[in-house]
Amino acid sequence: MTGKGKRETGKVLLEVRDLHASVEGREILKGVDLTVRTGEVHAIMGPNGSGKSTLAQVLAGHPAYSVTAGQVLYEGKDLLAMAPEERAREGVFLAFQYPVAIRGITNAYFLRAAVNAIRKHKGVEELGPVEFMDALEAKLTAIGWDSSYLTRPVNDGFSGGEKKRNEILQLAVLDPKLAILDETDSGLDIDALKTVAQTVDKLRRPDNATVLVTHYYRILTHIQPDLVHVLAAGRIVKSGGKDLALELEEKGYDWLRTEPAVA
Amino acid sequence: MSSGIEAQVLQPYKYGFVTDIESETVPPGLSEDVIRLISQKKGEPAWMLEWRLKAYRNWQKMPEPHWANVQYGPVDYQAISYYAAPKQRPKLDSLDQVDPKLLETFEKLGIPLEERKRLAGVAVDAVFDSVSVATTFREELKKHGVIFCAISEAIREYPDLVQQYLGSVVPYNDNFFAALNSAVFTDGSFVYVPKGVRCPMELSTYFRINAESTGQFERTLIVADEGSHVSYLEGCSAPVRDENQLHAAVVELVALDNATIKYSTIQNWYPGDEEGRGGIYNFVTKRGACRGRASKISWTQVETGSAITWKYPGCILQGDDSIGEFYSVAVTNQRQQADTGTKMIHMGKNTRSTIVSKGISAGRGQNTYRGLVKILKGAEQARNYSQCDSMLIGDRCGAHTFPYIDVRNSTAIMEHEASTSKIGEDQIFYAKQRGLSAEDAVSMIVNGFCKEVFKELPMEFAVEAQRLLGISLEGSVG
Ligand SMILES: Nc1ncnc2c1ncn2[C@@H]1O[C@H](COP(=O)(O)OP(=O)(O)OP(=O)(O)O)[C@@H](O)[C@H]1O
Ligand SMILES: [Mg+2]
Repeated sequence: MTGKGKRETGKVLLEVRDLHASVEGREILKGVDLTVRTGEVHAIMGPNGSGKSTLAQVLAGHPAYSVTAGQVLYEGKDLLAMAPEERAREGVFLAFQYPVAIRGITNAYFLRAAVNAIRKHKGVEELGPVEFMDALEAKLTAIGWDSSYLTRPVNDGFSGGEKKRNEILQLAVLDPKLAILDETDSGLDIDALKTVAQTVDKLRRPDNATVLVTHYYRILTHIQPDLVHVLAAGRIVKSGGKDLALELEEKGYDWLRTEPAVA
Repeated sequence: MSSGIEAQVLQPYKYGFVTDIESETVPPGLSEDVIRLISQKKGEPAWMLEWRLKAYRNWQKMPEPHWANVQYGPVDYQAISYYAAPKQRPKLDSLDQVDPKLLETFEKLGIPLEERKRLAGVAVDAVFDSVSVATTFREELKKHGVIFCAISEAIREYPDLVQQYLGSVVPYNDNFFAALNSAVFTDGSFVYVPKGVRCPMELSTYFRINAESTGQFERTLIVADEGSHVSYLEGCSAPVRDENQLHAAVVELVALDNATIKYSTIQNWYPGDEEGRGGIYNFVTKRGACRGRASKISWTQVETGSAITWKYPGCILQGDDSIGEFYSVAVTNQRQQADTGTKMIHMGKNTRSTIVSKGISAGRGQNTYRGLVKILKGAEQARNYSQCDSMLIGDRCGAHTFPYIDVRNSTAIMEHEASTSKIGEDQIFYAKQRGLSAEDAVSMIVNGFCKEVFKELPMEFAVEAQRLLGISLEGSVG
């Protein structure tokens, strides 16, 4: 489904083929196909309950969802065969729609543990607290935070928007190959949205890719998507350029229901 | 929906081996004759036997308490053997005569007793079943006037000291288990730190239950004379057995004017298997008297073992300006049950107490904090700070909190904080998504949770406590 021409340069990073997944015995994903190449940004839009988060969670390996058919290749490897922490260490990052609070452990400590788990996996020397703080400084400023957020327990008592911003801090620090952002723009005020979008945009490189799940056109004005997909009732029913997002903003999703699903 | 988080392979208890050693065990059952026999084996003076018998006669009239939030079948006190000792009695001051199997046992437990391997700066009294097999660094301590020996030895060698303080904090008829202990206690440690002496090393006792069908009833007495300071640590473990074994210890601490006693426990008795078979019933009475002014007693406990734990290390703050502290981490996993907490009794003026309790429940564990803070009439300006935090891992375990407060002086200042947090599948998945393993995530969260308590432990043991916590929670998450 990737268009011809300019985007053909990137390598295929993620390939989802005919993915079916269910939760508690109910099928939610009913044959999703998606190819993401390095250097690309994909936006996934779609009605509430259509399966966007389910897709994101399945890619991250959440145990509540079972894959009943299909395949997912990540850098040519079977992603579904990998444990969730393996996927993360190999560069798959999910910014949660509902970030989880963890009491009893500070944000800074958690972040450093994550960084070091990944570094260890790569065979790179782990960072001590001081080196880590040095490296963190710039990222913190980029998202417009001071260090007081670092000493608080992970997401504990954070406002909705603060949690989202914290996900982006983690994204910036972990610098994954494939970032899946599940409605990170929801619940952010206008300025925060801009800061977050700019941070994400700056992380774009020819060797990584981003999948943005969103309900709003606005974020796409900050981060140019290469492709926009509509996920409805567990399938990608339409794909197009940025204009498609604008069209959806105007028309909603109803008109798509009458169109046949794309193969 | 607890699939991922609990149904994991459980790590076996790592201290569950049995030492194959010939032991001398008295037949099961309790009677005046058995008590006489114990007293005779220990070569005790007449007053000691009389005290034991008095306790026994009282105990017979006492009902077993059942108010704790724990469940267990009836204990048959006549089916327990009250004395077990390795056959070849070693001479205490020479390790050459200790059965090599015993040395090996303690070495396996990480408590080397031989001179060249000893833990630096820690004197150890090693108790195996009913007897103390060795006490290290005795000579060194003696130079400072510190007495550190088996209590049975103290009764023979320092009868006046023992007679003056034994039972002065926990009377022989204090409660059912304390009375039982007073009647049948076999060994334990005795410590006396003379006036103005700062004990030059950590003192530690390691208790090991080995024999089958025996109970362990140790008794520890620590006296810190005026202006002295001592830090003491106890550790323990037991083999894996299908039967429940009873451990009913008594610990008494006495701190005189300006003296400080720091008492730390790392309790790792066999907890039973995942179905709740076997394990130690840990029914313990621990109490300290801050008898002198500006004295201080600090209890720190890390309770990871035992099928059932029932203990409330407390402080009686008699002296003006005295301080009592209680720092606790209690872990219940699988089918373990713990009902633990503290009692702080404020009698003197300007007395202060601090309670920090961290309960962690996993599997089907049940964890209860039960604490009493009592401010008596004369305790002007008394202050208490209590903090009770519970953590639940998975959704089949339970945490309960019963704080009792009894204030009879209106100048008292009381502060109480409590919290409950949960490590569920969502937290674990979130951490995994950031590249952490479930084990690392849990140990990180749990260690963060317990930090305030661990920092109270002597350095060497803080590391041990963290490791132990890791082990006892292994298998509790997916
Ligand atoms: N863990 C779960 N247990 C039960 N049902 C679930 C679970 N996760 C998702 N579902 C159901 O699957 C369907 C798809 O949910 P999903 O969260 O993927 O939707 P979404 O497209 O992300 O919606 P939104 O735009 O509202 O975020 C919904 O009907 C939801 O109720
Ligand atoms: Mg969603």
